[in-house]
Amino acid sequence: MNPIIDHISLCIERGKVDIRSPYPPDLKGQPGADEWARDALEQGLSPESILSACNTGMERVGAKFGRNEVFVPELLMAAKAMNAVMAHLKPHFQAGTVKEKGTFVLGTVAGDLHDIGKNLVSMVVAGNGWKVVDLGVDVKPSKFIDAIRQHPGCIVGLSALLTTTMANMAKTVQEIKGQLPEVKVLVGGAPLNQKHADDMGADGYAPDPQGAVAFLNKAA
Amino acid sequence: MKRDLLQTIQSGRILVSDGAWGTLLHERGLGTGECPESWNITHREDVHAIAKGYIDAGSDIILTNSFGANPTKLSHFGLEARTFELNEAAASISRQAAGNDHFVLGSMGPTGVMLMMGTVSEEELFEGFKQQATALAKGGVDGLCIETMSAVDEAVIAIQAAKAACNLPIACTFTFEKTAGGAFRTMMGVSPGEMLEAVKSAGASIIGSNCGNGFEQMIEIVRELRSMDGTTPILIHANAGKPVFRDGETVFPETPEDMAGRVIELASSGANIIGGCCGTTPAHIMEMVRKLRE
Repeated sequence: MNPIIDHISLCIERGKVDIRSPYPPDLKGQPGADEWARDALEQGLSPESILSACNTGMERVGAKFGRNEVFVPELLMAAKAMNAVMAHLKPHFQAGTVKEKGTFVLGTVAGDLHDIGKNLVSMVVAGNGWKVVDLGVDVKPSKFIDAIRQHPGCIVGLSALLTTTMANMAKTVQEIKGQLPEVKVLVGGAPLNQKHADDMGADGYAPDPQGAVAFLNKAA
Repeated sequence: MKRDLLQTIQSGRILVSDGAWGTLLHERGLGTGECPESWNITHREDVHAIAKGYIDAGSDIILTNSFGANPTKLSHFGLEARTFELNEAAASISRQAAGNDHFVLGSMGPTGVMLMMGTVSEEELFEGFKQQATALAKGGVDGLCIETMSAVDEAVIAIQAAKAACNLPIACTFTFEKTAGGAFRTMMGVSPGEMLEAVKSAGASIIGSNCGNGFEQMIEIVRELRSMDGTTPILIHANAGKPVFRDGETVFPETPEDMAGRVIELASSGANIIGGCCGTTPAHIMEMVRKLRE
């Protein structure tokens, strides 16, 4: 395998964005995801292989996150590094040389203004090759439903951080299912668990971004 | 007699703080997506009634309706220009309810942004917290409570800003979760020991934990902190257990009796100020007071 692929995976796993980034300290001054992605394309490596390198890195950091060996900061930096790679790959997606796996419509439910978890999921899912339609925070059920109608075949993700907005999440799931019963709905957020998701009538629960990717790839 | 929070703690008395405010505001008609702190102006009587409810329940200390009243959070509602006004009103409402015999701590919550993402500067956070602390002090608080923190950098900036704004004692509490391996960490990976070092050297005189856990886990957290520091006052604001989802509503399962059943153990583990967070009500506080003063 081309060593550049390994470099990309490592930069994602460690959250090394570019050569100027001081994080992580032990990789200071070395090229980051940005530079390796550019080199990879210049050397003629395929966008698919670069994307797959991103996934490898994300899977590794996601597994560490799942084991509580790393925390939100490390995951955010990994996602930031992946964004740097995605910027290089974007023209290839737009030109249609790389196909997206599907569309994921995502938002934080009504009454909830928290976006850290949602943004993490958005970045990781996009890096896995999905088109992400991010509706932002405080998204009312009608806005989710409009977006679903605009993106036929999409899968929907709902985020909530507050225990008080979990009730809005349940209402949103019910409204979506009431009007568009065939649409798959995934829920996630700090106060939730699988039982909450089942009670709400959601199709899936993801405890972390990797869980969201696993759900999407299985549902697609 | 002048109220002196730290001296009162040193006298050995366990102080009881208040419980949740948000749920009580919602019960009084605060809409989801509405700015809770705007009620300090538009529904002053309702906010006062909540504060007074905790005083009547026996709280020695009440907080203020200013948790999200930093300019960064208020900007979601287009209210950042009213930071001073909303905080000063929050403090004066709680002061009015507390009278001269009870303590008021000005609540300061996190901004919701992460410094490491580079979307906001340290100076911006500092100025915002300073403005909030200045207004709370002017409104008559006895101290500040920087709470629900998860990142050391933001907490330290908030403490430094509070110190630049006034000479009042500062409490700083973090929210911990139990990790897979059994250790407590914030979502940013901060351990109780790391919090202790950082916030004490930044100038907080009271440390502790709020939200995320019920008394059961809080007892473990207090023991962990006490194993490293035998003297710094510890404040605990615990949830009424872990939330469960029931009939379309989020419910915190622990009753006033459940919580009060552990309050003596929490105090003997080394907590100096004990109160509630999500899911707790004046009834929870009343029962804790009863147990502690028996």
